[in-house]
This record gives sequence, C-alpha cells and structure tokens, in this order.
Amino acid sequence: MSGSDILVLAEVHRGTLADITFELLAAARGLVGGSGGEVVALVLSENGAAFAPALGAADRILLVDHSALANYAPEPFLAALAEVVTARSPRAVLIGATSIGWDLAPLLAARLDAPLALGCKAISAEDSALAVTASFCGGKMVAELRIDRAPAVLMVLPGSFRAAEAAGKAQVEPCTLSASLEPAAIRFEEFLLPEAGDVDITQQDILVAVGRGIQQKENIELAEQLAQVLGGAVCASRPVVDQGWLPTTRQVGKSGMTVRPKLYLAFGISGAPEHQEGMKNSELIVAVNTDPRAPIFDIAHYGAQVDALELLPALVEAIGARKG
Amino acid sequence: MNIGVVLRQVPDLIEPLEVDASGTALDLSAATFVVNETDDHALEQALLLKESGGGTVTVVALDFGEVDNTLYTAAAKGADRILKLAWDESQSPTPHRAAAALAEALRTLAPDLVLVGVQAHDELDGALAPLLAARLGWPYVGVIRGVKQAAEGGSVVVCKEFPGAVMARLVVRLPAVLGILGAEQPPRYVPVSRIRAAMKSTRFEEAAHAAGTGPAGIAVTHMAPPPAGARAEMIAGSDTEVAQRIVEILAQKGLLK
Repeated sequence: MSGSDILVLAEVHRGTLADITFELLAAARGLVGGSGGEVVALVLSENGAAFAPALGAADRILLVDHSALANYAPEPFLAALAEVVTARSPRAVLIGATSIGWDLAPLLAARLDAPLALGCKAISAEDSALAVTASFCGGKMVAELRIDRAPAVLMVLPGSFRAAEAAGKAQVEPCTLSASLEPAAIRFEEFLLPEAGDVDITQQDILVAVGRGIQQKENIELAEQLAQVLGGAVCASRPVVDQGWLPTTRQVGKSGMTVRPKLYLAFGISGAPEHQEGMKNSELIVAVNTDPRAPIFDIAHYGAQVDALELLPALVEAIGARKG
Repeated sequence: MNIGVVLRQVPDLIEPLEVDASGTALDLSAATFVVNETDDHALEQALLLKESGGGTVTVVALDFGEVDNTLYTAAAKGADRILKLAWDESQSPTPHRAAAALAEALRTLAPDLVLVGVQAHDELDGALAPLLAARLGWPYVGVIRGVKQAAEGGSVVVCKEFPGAVMARLVVRLPAVLGILGAEQPPRYVPVSRIRAAMKSTRFEEAAHAAGTGPAGIAVTHMAPPPAGARAEMIAGSDTEVAQRIVEILAQKGLLK
C-alpha cells in the first residue's frame, strides 16, 4: 500500500455488506486515477473472507477477522481501523455517513489528528490536494473544501456516487493487528428488530410523506385522508417520528426505511440529505413546500410552493371529484 | 447520576442563510439562532434519566447567539445548574474551537455522563460530540435513541439506531459521552410563564476557557447555496389549481385508480 492509495471502510451490518460500500469503492476509483495508487477495501468483521467475492471493484481487500468484530461496538472497530490506517498511510479514508460512520469517521480523525470532511458529495484529486464538495445545513448550503494533508477522513453521503460493479478479483490480504480488539467500555448486547404489525412502507406503491411542515400531530389525519383516497400509506421524515407522531416503522431516510414507490408525495419536507437517501429513487416525486430553496425540489419531478395544510384537503377533494 | 448536557446554538434553517464577504463562511451576523435540535433531545434524555434515577443535570453552553433564551428554557424544564462559557462573538463556534472550551468545563464538572446531540447541521470539518469524548479520553458512541440506567452500577444501556428501524442495544460503562439522535420522548413543552419565572430565579454560573484551533490541512475555498429547484417542474397557482394539476399528472401516470 502506498501514500496514493484510497482506503474504503467496507461496512458490514447484520451479516450483509451495506450498499454504501460499493458507492465508496466507486468514489475511490475516481480518486486513484492514474496516480498508481490502489483502491483498498478494509473489512472489519468475523469471518470477513465471505465478503471478498463481492468486493471485486477494489484492487486489494484487507481482512481483519476477530470475534470482537462480529457486531458493532466502537472501541474494537476504531482500534482496528486506526492501526490499519497508521500502518498503511493511505491518501484518504472513505467512510459512509451511516450509523457506524458517524462514530468512526470523527473518532478516527480525532485519534490521528487528521482532517475530516462531513457530508461529502463529490471528491476529486488536484495535484497534492483533494477537492471535496460537501453539503451541510440540511442541504441548504454547499462548501468546497481543499484538503492537503493525509490521511483525509471523508464521510460520504450515501447516494452521492453510483455503486461500483465487482470488476475483477481483488487481492485478499489478511491483517494481524497488535491492538487489543476486545470491547472495553462499550459492549454490544443484541439487535432489537421493529415490531411486526404496522404497515410496511417499503411495499407500498404510493406514499404520502409528511415532515416538519405538518406542524402538529392532529394534521397527520389530513395526510391519512389523502393516502386513503390514493390507496397508499403515510410515512414521515425524522422530525415527525422524533415527536412521537408516527412510529419509527414509518420513518423514511438514513436511519429509517429506504423506499422506491411509484409515487412519493412529500408535504412539508425540506429534503435534508438524510431524508433524500431513503426516497430519491422513487419513480415519481411530487414535493410541496413553502420554502423555494428546500432541497427536496432538487430531486422532485414536480414541485409546488404552497402550504401543505391547505393543499392536502384540496387534493382530497380534487381526487374525489375526479373519481366521481 | 450526574449528567452534563451541551446545548449549542445553530442558524435557524427556516430563515434564509447567507454567506459572508469572504465567500467561505456563513454570515452569522445575519442569522437567527435556535437550539440545536439533537441537543434539545439530549437535554430531554438527561431530564428523563434524572427523573427515573435521581442525580443532577448541568447544562453547559457557549455564550453565543440567543443562548440566554435557550438556557432559561432549559432551567424551566428542570436543569439544576447552568454553566455559560465566555465566547468571542466574532468567532464562529466550529466544533474544534468549541470542543476545547467545552471539554475543559466538563472536565471540571466531572459528570458521570455527557449527552450531546449527535450532530449539528452546520458541522463541516468536525463533529462536536466525538471531539469532546476524545478530549476527555472517554468512550463514545452516537446515533443514540434512548438511554436507561443499567442494572449493573456505573453503566447505562443505550439504543443505537440503524437503518430499517433496527436498534442495537449496547451497555456503556461510565464515564462516557453519548451522541444523542433522539430522546425516549419528544422534548417537553414549557409554558412561557415558567420560562419567565426561570428568568427571575435562575443564576447562570460563568466561566472562561480557551477556544481551540481549527484542524490543520483543510480549508473552505468557497461556500454557496445549491441552485434551487434544479430538477422539479414547479406548479404555480392557487391551492385548487395546484391540486387540479397534480391530479392531472397522477391520472396521466396511471396512478389514480
């Protein structure tokens, strides 16, 4: 491994490689270009060799196999990641903006005193520096960053890069570490799965989504009425679930569900990157928001700058009239 | 359990954001400030822990933005102590600058647990919660939705959120820093009358600690809002006209049955 290499943290969640891994591999491939560097995937897992065939888009796969890495707890994962990065000195470390990434990327940067960029949407190599386009302020601002110190720790927004296809057979290299990987202060106990019984929003053709603009719990009834006349279901962005107005099983986005319905009607949702991650592949997106700069309009097919609370009953009425 | 909570001020995203004359930073003089949403959840989670198991809640904040309103509200909600740290208003409280001052204050307070919002929407080159943990030398885990006192003393049980409404239950030995995404219940509402009462009865403790320096090797070269409405075809008109147009579109796509 050389100082031109790009290291990708291959994220394993409940026995499966997370989709973000393949997007990171694509981003890394764009960065190594003609530098002579390699795209290196790092798998921190127990029995991680099983993931190697899926990681053919990398040039090299580093495997750290340890029972302490069977399920996520920050300390052994950080210890392994930091030791590999220190030993291999890559130009950049790409980590997804996921539940695990939000721990490991800033912790790694702090431990190594390395520059960290959050919200990365585009990355390119410019001579000795990296140029990063980062989204922040809920997608309402974009910053161009220049990073001229290695290793750069880049936390990449899911959906920013088209996933890399498994191109060939990467060289697999088991790693033996000197660091203790036993959990210390933080210990994984178990996964808690959502209770069955609620509507499965991932299986719905039509979703009526509500966000902060719905203002109060009682107004969700307006969305329910629209969902009923359309034959769909109601879902929400995180602030609505945080308020306890809908269960977590109805949450769309990074920490919720990923949906691809035929129709996604978004009412009062600004469209922060975390929400877009869960719905941007919907076949038809119609967004309603009073803020003309709401990022949801960047990915919607149709938009209207009106009050969601006024439009919802008007839509129910118009659909009712159309159906007779 | 004695809990420290960090409350930050962030620009209100309801208001338009502006870039300053340098073209590389937000114009904070033009911004309206609100409490960082996940910090508000961190406070709620701390209050719930205190109510179920005793102890104290100490809020720590930089003297920046509209922080007094935020701190009086925190007192009205039930915070026991409020520590306000001197801050140069001309300096943006970036995560690295703020972490140095906040970590020193927390080190002096020596709480059992520090709760901080897992992220603030204006963070770009650092995340405050893990930076605090690193400076304190304490363990950290974030994206937490729910904290309970563990049966075994000196620990808490936390739920870390993963995609698909899946949670991981982790046991965290104290002291520790947790990055809170959401409390077990929504942040409580306090009537204005109680906030007014808190303004009369609450005395902030004040302290000064040196700000940190930004990270080396990274610089913002340009900042701007993204282009608006890049893809959406905007539908204009009254609510009725917009509704009619949407119904036409849905009918054309075969989505009205």
